[in-house]
Amino acid sequence: MIYSDKVMDHFANPRNVGTIPDADGVGQVGNPVCGDMMAFYIKVKDDKLADIKFQTFGCGAAIAVSSMVSEMALGKSLAEAMAITNEKVAEELGGLPKNKMHCSNLGADALHKAIEDFERKSVPGAAAAPSAAPDSGHDDHDEECACPYCEGPVEGLDDVCACRHCEIDLVECPSCGNYTNKADAACVSCGAKVAG
Amino acid sequence: MQRIYLDRIAAAPLCPEALEAMLPFLRESYANPQSLHRDGQVVLEAVETAREGVARLIGAEASEIVFTASGSEANNLAVKGLALASRVKGTHLVVSAVEHPSVLNAARALEKLGFSTTVVPVDGQGRIDPDAVAKALTPKTILASVMLANSEVGTIEPVAEIAALCRARGVLVHTDAVAAAGSIPVDVAALGVDALSLAGAPFYGPKGAAALWLRKGTRVLPLVDGGVQEGGRRAGTENVAGLAGFGRAAEIARERLDARAARESALRDRLIDGVLGAFDRVVLTGPRAPRLPYHASFCVEFVEGEALLLSLDMKGIAVSSGSACSSKSLKASHVLLAMGLDHALAQGSLVFSLLEGTTAEEIDSVIAAFGPIIDRLRKMSPTYTEFLKEKRS
Repeated sequence: MIYSDKVMDHFANPRNVGTIPDADGVGQVGNPVCGDMMAFYIKVKDDKLADIKFQTFGCGAAIAVSSMVSEMALGKSLAEAMAITNEKVAEELGGLPKNKMHCSNLGADALHKAIEDFERKSVPGAAAAPSAAPDSGHDDHDEECACPYCEGPVEGLDDVCACRHCEIDLVECPSCGNYTNKADAACVSCGAKVAG
Repeated sequence: MQRIYLDRIAAAPLCPEALEAMLPFLRESYANPQSLHRDGQVVLEAVETAREGVARLIGAEASEIVFTASGSEANNLAVKGLALASRVKGTHLVVSAVEHPSVLNAARALEKLGFSTTVVPVDGQGRIDPDAVAKALTPKTILASVMLANSEVGTIEPVAEIAALCRARGVLVHTDAVAAAGSIPVDVAALGVDALSLAGAPFYGPKGAAALWLRKGTRVLPLVDGGVQEGGRRAGTENVAGLAGFGRAAEIARERLDARAARESALRDRLIDGVLGAFDRVVLTGPRAPRLPYHASFCVEFVEGEALLLSLDMKGIAVSSGSACSSKSLKASHVLLAMGLDHALAQGSLVFSLLEGTTAEEIDSVIAAFGPIIDRLRKMSPTYTEFLKEKRS
């Protein structure tokens, strides 16, 4: 098996699946174009995560990671939840295949985004701040220098970029400007032809 | 739990006849077929019998068959070997966008040696337009490589038409028939090509035995230099047991071709009709016809293919997926993208490929198992939630 028993258990019986219509915070990362998309919804009471729900579009690892993150964070204080790292999630799952490690990034990131959304909303007078509510668009590339596959940091500049997590070389798509796998013929974001 | 294996495009079981044909060469007949002693000559005879069996399957002559260790090797020998042998005539190649990586990457490797490649696009059904191939030809074009059938979407390509257009311009034509040979009628004369790759594994032969058919008189530069095996076109001591099994599987495939195809295509249609009839927002990838008889492939909207694959696996059903996450390279299928499928939809790719022994009951239980799996994954999919919200408003 490519996955540990723990991963398969969380994939087969994911904990805390769903949405919270009146969530205190919502965090979403990834998009279906990249292969993984996660949305986390949280309810906060007395600085603790009273409820967590998630939805995930993605592979077995992505679903298991979301489930594990929700389980690890439920009932914890916001500070404790913010301290959950990608490594800890992967460790709790009994390890992930090397090429699936990027999934664990997404899980913790989505949770942290939901907490940040809550904190932004709880600042008085910040109601007009842009919300991190889910949308169906592919506009999650606003953060500069993010790997389109794992949303992790991109190393290097211009045409010698690489994502250390995915172990791939990246180039900027001449059409949409997003990063895409250098070895691919077409851009992962817009499908435009990338001159090899 | 009784497993249901529907992943023939990855591997098929060995037929009993092929296994029987192999056994002597794993036991007592261990001599080298190139040896002049009696022990060697017995083994050589088996290799030549296998060569005849493979040649007959595709309407060729035995002397035109070059044995290789895999379909990938046959494709490499064709693309690189033909191009390098024709280098004085030109340095331009034409391939389709849906070729197997062993063709696409062989062409890419040639680019480093000064060759150039034109990649011809396909339509939404994965079909190569013969006129597009003709338009891509230049005075420098020496070789066109277009597959006979696609293992990811089941499309059967108009190779005979393409070959006629290319040959009229003096361009060599290779076809990768690995997914097609042994499952649909393949006749090299009718196709009008110069080279054709096939492998035994897809039609119940052993892994590690394949061949490149080269029209008599076609020059090829070997990938493996050495001794005189395979007429100097591929050196190295023969995989005798593998070839014996390959040859026998080819004979059986030829005898049972029509019966197998009729049975498989009926079950294939049962699966396609069942899936498309029962589930919303699931599309067939590739055409209804002409389509490989053993092949049904779909994209399921709002869910990811590896998650579908794992869920089916937990129900005892083995299939393939072309989704990015199910590939080790995390790349979406180049075939689905070349067909213009939306990236998100391509992530929901699933390929069912049937075996000779697949039953109607198995197909029905796959359809029955598929529904709850789609429902479960969609219930946890944020894109499906979004879709339902938009539908309501």
